[in-house]
Amino acid sequence: MVASPVVQQVDAETAESDLLARLRAGDERAFSALVNRDHSSMVRLARTFVASQAVAEEVAQETWLAVIRGLPGFEGRSTLRTWTMSILVRTARNRAARERRSLPFSALAYAHDDDIDGGPTVNPSRFRPVGEPYAGFWAAPPHRWWSDPEPRALAAETGHIVQAALDALPPVQAQVVQLRDVEGWSAAEVCDALELTQANQRVLLHRGRAKLRAALEEHFEQGVQS
Amino acid sequence: MSPHDVTCAEFVELVTDYLEDALDEEQRTALEFHMTYCTPCVVYLDQYRSAITAAARLREEAGGVPDQVLRGLVEAFRAVDRDKPTDN
Repeated sequence: MVASPVVQQVDAETAESDLLARLRAGDERAFSALVNRDHSSMVRLARTFVASQAVAEEVAQETWLAVIRGLPGFEGRSTLRTWTMSILVRTARNRAARERRSLPFSALAYAHDDDIDGGPTVNPSRFRPVGEPYAGFWAAPPHRWWSDPEPRALAAETGHIVQAALDALPPVQAQVVQLRDVEGWSAAEVCDALELTQANQRVLLHRGRAKLRAALEEHFEQGVQS
Repeated sequence: MSPHDVTCAEFVELVTDYLEDALDEEQRTALEFHMTYCTPCVVYLDQYRSAITAAARLREEAGGVPDQVLRGLVEAFRAVDRDKPTDN
């Protein structure tokens, strides 16, 4: 759909307080615009916690109902989006915990698929092997993808690649990358919401981002190993 | 005091800690020294930052909401008694 003026301005601070006032006054167009803006991100994030698309959709809807109920008491200390996303994370975590209790043991494996102790994030074959001169230095170095500045046309193209790579990440990596890099949360906020240590959060972020970079490289240098 | 260096293979595994400011002084100096002569690692760091920028842009790309879902939510929004919060 075409973004309405409400969607376009929504990030600005004045627009934010304006939006909040309209929501509190029961403005349905403002609410529709808000749902249009945030719903798909919410379903995507929810999907990393729960086992199916249908449940992720339910979690997002449940979150909206909590947002509707909570609006009168929302004090605006964070942005609406940050507040909504924290409700989503809580709702999704609760739902995932309930599912795990009612599902067979194998579902537990889902939560341990985050290769926190995994190997290198760049294929070792791209570096000179031990025993050769310059061992550990690039044998197949990365090449620049474009000459600065980044051509505008590429932005849309890279969006698809990065979204696909993000969707393919193991769940907790995807959660960390989405909250840190897409939502712009601080490391401390992410550790708090996901109950991670700072060190684990960094490892997950590192592994996730490295895969996004590799996906872009593969796209720009088709045929080069990544 | 001679500057410590890292290999490229080590460099690529330290970029996140570098950007998160989680390296100790010695490690950070080593990375910065490495970048003074190793263009491919500078390119790698640029690409890594490009991936972060591209992820940030996903936020602007709304995917839309199924009509039925939107209608249901707007109905729930309409049903709220704005004088006293309800349970559902």
